Amino acid sequence: MRLTSPVSPRLPMSAFVLLTVMTALRILSRNRLRAGLTMLGIVIGVGAVIAMVSIGQGARAAVQAQVASMGTNVIVIMPGSTTVSGVRGGQGGAVTLTINDATELKKRSPLLSDTGWAKRDVMQIVNGNRNWNGPVNGVSPSYLTIRDWSFTSGGPFTEADMESAARVALIGQTTLENLFDPGEEAMGATIRIKNVPFQIVGVLAPKGQSAQGTDQDDVMFIPFTTGERKVFGSQFLGSVGALFASTDQSADLPEAVEHIRETLRARHRLGPDQADDFTIRTQVDIGKVQESTSQTLTVMLFAIASVSLLVGGIGIMNILLVSVTERTKEIGVRMAVGAKRIHILTQFLIEAMTLSLFGGLIGVIVGIVGAQLTTLIAGWPTMISAEAILTAFLFSLAVGLFFGLYPANKAARLNPIEALRYE
Amino acid sequence: MAPLIVCEDLWKIYRIGDVEVQALRGVNLTIERGEFVAIMGTSGSGKSTLMNLLGCLDQPSRGRYQLDGLDVSTAKPDLLADLRNRQIGFVFQNFNLIPRTSALENAQLPLFYRGGSIKEQRRQAAAALQRVGLAGREQHYPAQLSGGQQQRVAIARALVGAPSILFADEPTGNLDTVSSREIMDILEQLNRDDGITIILVTHEPDIAAYASRELVMKDGQIVQDVRRAPHLSGVT
Repeated sequence: MRLTSPVSPRLPMSAFVLLTVMTALRILSRNRLRAGLTMLGIVIGVGAVIAMVSIGQGARAAVQAQVASMGTNVIVIMPGSTTVSGVRGGQGGAVTLTINDATELKKRSPLLSDTGWAKRDVMQIVNGNRNWNGPVNGVSPSYLTIRDWSFTSGGPFTEADMESAARVALIGQTTLENLFDPGEEAMGATIRIKNVPFQIVGVLAPKGQSAQGTDQDDVMFIPFTTGERKVFGSQFLGSVGALFASTDQSADLPEAVEHIRETLRARHRLGPDQADDFTIRTQVDIGKVQESTSQTLTVMLFAIASVSLLVGGIGIMNILLVSVTERTKEIGVRMAVGAKRIHILTQFLIEAMTLSLFGGLIGVIVGIVGAQLTTLIAGWPTMISAEAILTAFLFSLAVGLFFGLYPANKAARLNPIEALRYE
Repeated sequence: MAPLIVCEDLWKIYRIGDVEVQALRGVNLTIERGEFVAIMGTSGSGKSTLMNLLGCLDQPSRGRYQLDGLDVSTAKPDLLADLRNRQIGFVFQNFNLIPRTSALENAQLPLFYRGGSIKEQRRQAAAALQRVGLAGREQHYPAQLSGGQQQRVAIARALVGAPSILFADEPTGNLDTVSSREIMDILEQLNRDDGITIILVTHEPDIAAYASRELVMKDGQIVQDVRRAPHLSGVT
């Protein structure tokens, strides 16, 4: 035998794959319009997924920031069993929570790091010739720590202010903007609530929207005692709008909630068949709502991604079937010179994956641009995650592999003679 | 050394619908290394079927075919592909080059499936092109070449892997007289200088005249097998 080359050196697959990728690129660049149209499905699918995940994550991050703006490990206890948000006002005897409840809770439950209380009313606030109708909160100093309020200037009022019912006030950013001219110094200024003069001793740092969508900066804090005696005109001294408590560890929240429930039920002398006359909420509860929302979003995204990638995949499969038919003769020639089935299979799979990968790549760019445009035009917060990009990319690769398999296998199973004869 | 090709009672039966077509009916054939064989016959005589079988593109329905001592009548497709890659070269009537692919890459194709260094593959392909007189045309596409030149690229592709046998199926069928003679001269040279066995399928007597042995087929059987000194009645 004159052929003396080594029997069968292991095929260096990497060189073969490299050359095949180059061939695939050349073939695709020859039919740019066709390749482009084929990729469109994948481009749109991946682009939509990236854009929507970015918008979804941006929204989630914003919501998480809102939840975090409540403070850390905060428990809110509100009077009445059916009121979900806000303070139940003006029902006289129905006021069920008191300062004593708060002090008692702190004494009884070692899990609670602090308790505070607040009472709220919307009042006319006057500064010289300007005035503003906004919420005024009489709060305990501990309330400010529980809710994590910080200051841009000045600081919180003290226990001493509380005891002496001092006429001092803390002002939120929105209220400040409405009562003071730009550049006008608010610190130390005197404003009036119900004709009672208050000196501003602290300007609060902005918190933005609450998880419920209200402006948390449209606010003014005064010592609870001052509010009770001089502004609100409470019928029952010591009754509060809401109680606040916090724990050191978020893991302690559920147990702390149970403690609070038992203690308050005992203090309010509620029988075993009577419903709670208060409602307890924690950040965890609010977080749960957000979680289920984001789960819905994820399911929706998944559905959209699946459908568009499916459509894109079918497009790739279709064009590859056309390609296999068009190139039947070429396949025959390749087989005649010694291409094995695996070679033909690999060649068409690589073409399919090149198509889908390019589609995925362009889709990622389209998605990122789309997300940026959304932020720019609609002002929605967006967050581009590397994870989403990677997932979309891998998915497009998998789509190419999956939908390329059938045409590639069809090509690989061609009979060499019939393929050569094909016209 | 065993003969290169040994066929014993080779049958090929196709079934088209309910009709059974016997394309080969008991062919016995031995071809030695270095022979230049022409297979002649009318269309439908079974000469193309025989060439496909001998070229490992197809397998017989019955009978035995030994190529270089190896029984390939029942070999698996991948082994057949390997044999085509290493032992066999094809030259077709309509050239069958891959379009929009350079002459060099076309000539390189068998080595591409054999593996090995790409640089070495290119070098061998360029040498093969030079061998058929196409040096300097490596980067031309088939469409930029004349029919004769395209067929020479096809010959370069067939011989690049240093095969034992070269099958030429009507290699001059689409060429003018001058190009035909050039192609046949190259084939003859490969047979004479390199000892490559050449099996030529043709129905043109003056092309068959290049061969040293002439088989005539009729109705799926070899009806005539003549050995002769080449060129006795050949091209003048």
